[in-house]
Amino acid sequence: MKKGIVLTAAVALLMGLAPFFLSLFHLNLFTEILILGIFSLSLNVLVGYTGMVSLGHAAFFGVGAYAAGIAAKEMSPNLLATLPIALIATIMVAAVIGMFCMKVSGFYFLMLTLAFSQMIYSFIHQSTDLTGGSNGLSGIPAPVAGGIDFSNPVLLFYFILGVFFSVYAGLSLLVHSPFGQVLVGIRENETRMRSMGYNTTRYKYASFIIAGALGGLAGSLYTSFNGFISPIDVYWTMSGSVLIMVIIGGAGTMAGPVLGAALIVILETIVSSYTHSWMMIIGIIFIIFVVFFPKGLTGIAQSIMHRMTRSKSGYKENHSKAVLKKNA
Amino acid sequence: MKSEPILQVDGVAKSFGGLNILKNLTFDVRKGERIGIIGPNGAGKTTFYNLLAGDLDPSKGTIHYCGKNITSMPNYKRARTGIVRTFQKNNLLTELTVLENLLLVLQRKEGMGHIWFKRRHRKKYPSLFQKADELLHTWGLEQQTNKVVKSLSYGEQRQIEILLGIATEPNVLLLDEPTAGMSQAETDYIVDLLRKLPKSLTLMIIEHDLDVVFGLADRMIVLYNGEILVEGDPHLVRNDKRVNDIYIGQEADLSASS
Ligand SMILES: Nc1ncnc2c1ncn2[C@@H]1O[C@H](COP(=O)(O)OP(=O)(O)O)[C@@H](O)[C@H]1O
Ligand SMILES: [Mg+2]
Repeated sequence: MKKGIVLTAAVALLMGLAPFFLSLFHLNLFTEILILGIFSLSLNVLVGYTGMVSLGHAAFFGVGAYAAGIAAKEMSPNLLATLPIALIATIMVAAVIGMFCMKVSGFYFLMLTLAFSQMIYSFIHQSTDLTGGSNGLSGIPAPVAGGIDFSNPVLLFYFILGVFFSVYAGLSLLVHSPFGQVLVGIRENETRMRSMGYNTTRYKYASFIIAGALGGLAGSLYTSFNGFISPIDVYWTMSGSVLIMVIIGGAGTMAGPVLGAALIVILETIVSSYTHSWMMIIGIIFIIFVVFFPKGLTGIAQSIMHRMTRSKSGYKENHSKAVLKKNA
Repeated sequence: MKSEPILQVDGVAKSFGGLNILKNLTFDVRKGERIGIIGPNGAGKTTFYNLLAGDLDPSKGTIHYCGKNITSMPNYKRARTGIVRTFQKNNLLTELTVLENLLLVLQRKEGMGHIWFKRRHRKKYPSLFQKADELLHTWGLEQQTNKVVKSLSYGEQRQIEILLGIATEPNVLLLDEPTAGMSQAETDYIVDLLRKLPKSLTLMIIEHDLDVVFGLADRMIVLYNGEILVEGDPHLVRNDKRVNDIYIGQEADLSASS
């Protein structure tokens, strides 16, 4: 337990010092990892902890990103305005979509989330006056807050790092709380949870909205960081990418989705400078993980640590189980 | 002697795709009664539990609980108001530990399910964990506390299946073949625990082990082809010719059933 705290503190410190040893290019890459890390952490609440596999999570990223972008352009680039607007917009959208999606489960849930996200995609794509249509939303002013101008990438990095830590800490608490354990229970055996007296539909709905809201938060940070957002970031391939991040990293663990996001972003940056077949490469990597390392990067790390320490008491808290298997 | 009925089953029927599995069941259950339900495989016993627990809706008829019509009440609400079932086939959270399974039952009882800002840790919820420890101790499962359910023996898993029902502290407990697949020693242990359940608890028990069920029940219901064939005092039922006919005819089937 102590080791875990020391490790967390060391990683956090190293992340905090990143601007001192990373070039601007790499700092920006790191910032992007943090944003997509928040995004995949948000999907993990749904996929990893509640056992509901969604293929429409880009919808919330997009709603958050566009809401923040439009608010920044039309009203004020102040983060105290753009972030709450983005959050409220995504929560409302998630609440509506969630009501329909709660009626189904398994494969049908996956298809329904996909359908809704494609509806949002085509809405964004077609509402040229509001969103800029296929050209994307450009000319978004750099965010400010409390007299700080976040056009400075180092300051923006620190802001996003702060949000990342808050989300990570909040979710760590949530998944180990009584509420989070109900979600895990639903993932494991929803029938039994109902027999225990849990209104599982309500918990799944809450999980869906939490995941949506944090996905929207990630989207709004992305707009602040990028200064530009286009419909491609709302397309279903984005939903696929984030799902792959969660699974490759390790669904149902806290560190997993972040590692998954890091791996995909880094690989994409390296690989796409050599070849255009990025999608094929990501597909191959995904297949390798699903077949050989179904517990993802955290599963690999765990078995290495397990082998090194050879401790009998080992890990027992981690249930990065085969979410895939169950829903396949 | 007569207390008001806690359950009133009135003309309840269930059909699956035109097949009438349960036909027009009518009877009352009084508070604190111990009812044994027997009948050959496929008689509709489990289906009847599904209707009582709200896991299935009846095709016809009504069910009242404490005078209130609960025919269309969803299953989780029935569990909350005190009608709790266990399953014929173990239906556990097999990837979680025994303690985690039990804590989910207990935290729901305590109304803690919505708390998301506090770790569910022994230090933070001492009385919750203490209650779990006590139950596991009573059931002789303390060695298994932190083991993952799927790593336990079948008999132990079966015990947990029943424990999860009892830990809910229901008013009406529906046990579906609780001792099926258990060793004789395990069966004796469970029967002993069932005897010690509070007198106020209404217990219905589907059971193929006739010694178990005749030892526990103060009223028997014999289901046959979706109908009540015989109902009444265990001694009368035991000596009833029709019951004996079914049971002798089905004996091989009965002992092989799960
Ligand atoms: N969900 C269902 N769909 C179709 N038939 C069912 C269903 N559940 C039970 N049955 C049928 O109903 C009959 C009674 O089953 P069941 O209640 O499990 O009997 P018992 O518990 O007495 O052995 C069986 O023939 C079974 O095949
Ligand atoms: Mg049965």
